[in-house]
Amino acid sequence: MKEFSYVRAADTAQAQALVAERPDAVYLGGGTNLVDLMKLGVAEPDLVVDVSRLPLDGVEHRADGSVLIGATARNSVLAGDEGIRERFPALAQALLAGASGQLRSQATIGGNLLQRTRCGYFQDVTKPCNKREPGSGCPALEGAHRELAVLGTSDHCVAGHPSDMAVAMVALDAVAHLRSPGGTTRTVPVDQLYVPPGDTPHRETVLERGELITAVELPPPPAGAVMRYRKVRDRWSYAFALVSVAAVVDVEPDGSLAEVRIALGGVGTRPWRARAAEAALRGAEPTDSALRAAAGAEFAAARPLPGNAFKVDLATDLIRAVVRDLADQATRKDR
Amino acid sequence: MSTSTLTQSLGAPVTRLDGHAKVTGAAQYAYEYPVEGVVYVFPAVSTIARGRVTAVDAAAVLSRPGVLAVLDHTNAPRLKPGVDADLMVLQSPEVSYRGQIVAGVVATSLEAARRAAEALPISYEQEPHDVLLRDDDTVYTPETVNGMLPATFEVGDPDTALAAADVLVDARYTTPAEHAMPMEPHATLAVWDEERLTLYDSNQGPFAYGQLIAALFGIDASAVEVVAEYVGGGFGSKVLPRPSAVLAVQAARVVQRPVKIAMTRQQMFSLVTYRTPTIQRVRLGADREGRLTVVVHDSLSQSSRLKEYTENSTADAKLLYAAPNIRTVSRLSRLDVPTPGFFRAPGRTPGTFALESAMDELAYELGIDPVELRLRNEPTVDPGTGLEFSSRNLAACLREGAARFGWQHRDRAPRSRRDGRWLVGTGMASATHPVYIRASTAVARAEADGTFVVRVGATDIGTGARTAMAQVAADALGVPLERLRLEIGRASLGMAALAGGSMGTASWSWAVDKACRALVDKLGAYAGAVPEGGLEARADTAEDLEKQEALSRHAYGAQFVQLRVDTDTGEIRVDRMLGVFTAGRILNPRTARSQLVGAMTMGLSMALLEIGEPDPLFGDVVNHDLAGYHYAANADVPAIEAHWLEERDDRLNPVGGKGIGELGIVGTAAAVTNAFHHATGVRVRDLPLRIESARQALRRAPGENASALVR
Repeated sequence: MKEFSYVRAADTAQAQALVAERPDAVYLGGGTNLVDLMKLGVAEPDLVVDVSRLPLDGVEHRADGSVLIGATARNSVLAGDEGIRERFPALAQALLAGASGQLRSQATIGGNLLQRTRCGYFQDVTKPCNKREPGSGCPALEGAHRELAVLGTSDHCVAGHPSDMAVAMVALDAVAHLRSPGGTTRTVPVDQLYVPPGDTPHRETVLERGELITAVELPPPPAGAVMRYRKVRDRWSYAFALVSVAAVVDVEPDGSLAEVRIALGGVGTRPWRARAAEAALRGAEPTDSALRAAAGAEFAAARPLPGNAFKVDLATDLIRAVVRDLADQATRKDR
Repeated sequence: MSTSTLTQSLGAPVTRLDGHAKVTGAAQYAYEYPVEGVVYVFPAVSTIARGRVTAVDAAAVLSRPGVLAVLDHTNAPRLKPGVDADLMVLQSPEVSYRGQIVAGVVATSLEAARRAAEALPISYEQEPHDVLLRDDDTVYTPETVNGMLPATFEVGDPDTALAAADVLVDARYTTPAEHAMPMEPHATLAVWDEERLTLYDSNQGPFAYGQLIAALFGIDASAVEVVAEYVGGGFGSKVLPRPSAVLAVQAARVVQRPVKIAMTRQQMFSLVTYRTPTIQRVRLGADREGRLTVVVHDSLSQSSRLKEYTENSTADAKLLYAAPNIRTVSRLSRLDVPTPGFFRAPGRTPGTFALESAMDELAYELGIDPVELRLRNEPTVDPGTGLEFSSRNLAACLREGAARFGWQHRDRAPRSRRDGRWLVGTGMASATHPVYIRASTAVARAEADGTFVVRVGATDIGTGARTAMAQVAADALGVPLERLRLEIGRASLGMAALAGGSMGTASWSWAVDKACRALVDKLGAYAGAVPEGGLEARADTAEDLEKQEALSRHAYGAQFVQLRVDTDTGEIRVDRMLGVFTAGRILNPRTARSQLVGAMTMGLSMALLEIGEPDPLFGDVVNHDLAGYHYAANADVPAIEAHWLEERDDRLNPVGGKGIGELGIVGTAAAVTNAFHHATGVRVRDLPLRIESARQALRRAPGENASALVR
């Protein structure tokens, strides 16, 4: 590991001033990913500014039904929050589907959103990687890519976004609150926090230099809707998703879908909101063929590789299963 | 004193004597010994899989703070050739696999050593590499396989029997590279004192380890002490010294200070031996009654360019079932990969996956219950050697296992059980492991204060061997455990077997038992009063072993598995596993159960999860960490039951145990995939059985439109 300086920020302004003036500085949240990358030599900051103890860790349930989640709240705290479990169960499920108990107690909400891909080439500095070393090439296209993305990829990068939590947040229309070093604030839907890899895969988010995620806001969940997060992975805990689905569903009395939101994990370069599938399903009956067609619409633009082509099919089946189950649940609930 | 106390401690579920020390951190592992002036070596490893080092620019890092030395092939201490080609560290510029040690940086801190090693400029002349195992014209049949056994075997006329068989199964099975990942990484602390060398090292047999290191460095074996008092797992991968240990010894010689090294998890994927991938073909011929007429088992494995290690995957084709015609062949491919080696039941683990899958296939071809098929082929003598069995209770294991598991309720037809969205199936397989025993020595000593010390050059790699041996000693001496102290884990304690091949506890216990009894006899002359200065008795079992009659000595077992397959997704969940074993006398049921359950869990991992993914582009293992290399987590492990049957075998050794470290993994993977076949109606012959294979299988499955995946 390269030697680095460490500062525990006294407040947000100080933290941001430090990072803004030093291009070689990074924020440290729970460190569950950054510290690994530093050990591997993938991240080599000179200055690490610890923001994990800033007083941004509240989970505030507001009168209008929205929730403001502080960026330094720990994953385990949010997963255990009663209001989240009751009103946003898909988010609690997603959080609990990620990592292990120890890691969830350490990881922060802001850090989780900004975690890096687990692509084997990105994490191995002895091999080329366009994301780590722009222009060096992408061996994953020919090499190992079973775990990597099929949606949003480019000829330069097929790295997948590994988060579970972010997938649920994207389905829930969550909005990130950002603060610039100058103190200006803005909001960006989590869905739009990430940029496609294109030919600049080293650029991953819309965050400006020194900009800090201070909170994530969840709008009130759609009234009457049911939701779920289902993750398929190689083992039953402690593995990244091969495919995951977060869905929010409500049905009309006639059984057609009044509300349907679908987000996918494990298949995209970012937590993937499946808007094409949603559009195809809105107002439709959740029949097997409708669900299959909707998934087909979403994956029309997919660029599967030989080792991960199975994900397209698996995601289709998982969307079908989750939306079908939720529609059944919503129907039962209405009776 | 008398021998009437023999069963007092043996057979009791004594808790581990070292458990408290381990969980409180008091037990010292190799890396933790406090040594004055210790420094650190970190290896620089090759980033090519084949070629040679053309330059190592030591000057670029020597000026860094804390850096003491850079070792490479031009300046490293010379080693004696002919000992172990894998261990010829820094003796030539040749690179034979990616991740091979090509330099080492010694520094006063681990951080400085690692940073410098990673920054060390190394130039190569690269050649094209090949790391993918396949059956091509470079494949050959070696003279011998692991264990110095012949690579081929034939009895009867297999070809004629194949042509004449009423029913034939001919199938190809593959298993991937699997990597042993003990909790404690391979670690070494090397201390030179003039021409004497002390190694604090995590290994599976300090005596043999010391001899090998001594030979490699051209010094007398008596000048090498190896301390391995606590070892955090090995699974076979710590039997032989690894290149990291050699590098530490070299570095300590160069800087004339104690040097230590612990492998990173990533390094363990190239510098540690692993289970070779295999490509196997099994042909079984039988008559309509299900009696085997012929067994032919061919297994291809890989080795490095450095060393010929051939996995012995076909042994059980010569043992498990009676057949008049048998042929086995082990073949080898040499690739630009690290040398594979021993990993929990080497050979037998991949081999029985193939053989026991083929038996299941045969059962379905014949329409005979898989348990019944095995019972019908129970031999009266060892089919491979013609030797009498010292004891063989496979049939009893099969029957007891079937009864406990509820096998009789099974509907034999595949895809006959559904539970909501799940397809449910059950499968079984036989297990066996040979009883290896190696000569060992031990010393038993009575102290004047009424306590006893037993010394044996054993090592407990986490199995509970220390506790079991203490129980053996306590009974032989006729004293309670509290009055006894066991000293193990040092080469200087004398010649002793390895903690490998499931031979450790049986081999050491024999010597311990013998030494303790000799001491009791000696004490008899003093009427029980220990003389001032104590009394000692020494035992060596070499002659006893030579006198042993030739018999087929094996432990046996039967594995049963129930699993379910999600028809929406192809996800597999193992519901329960049940094993029934016979392994002679069980010395300590608590630690024995732990070994069997642990091994069955490992077999579950092998069936569904484990694969070291070779990277054809760069030549290494892509998923070289424990985030990428999956084995079972707690959530994957269902209710596991391990049972054993009473077995008294007087022709093993005086203590009567057969060894149980490996038995539990044998056959497990086949039981899992056989259950998958029963659930889905589709056979998967390539491990691991991951979701993409499961989904492909479901798509191939016949019938039903209830779910779109099963269509």
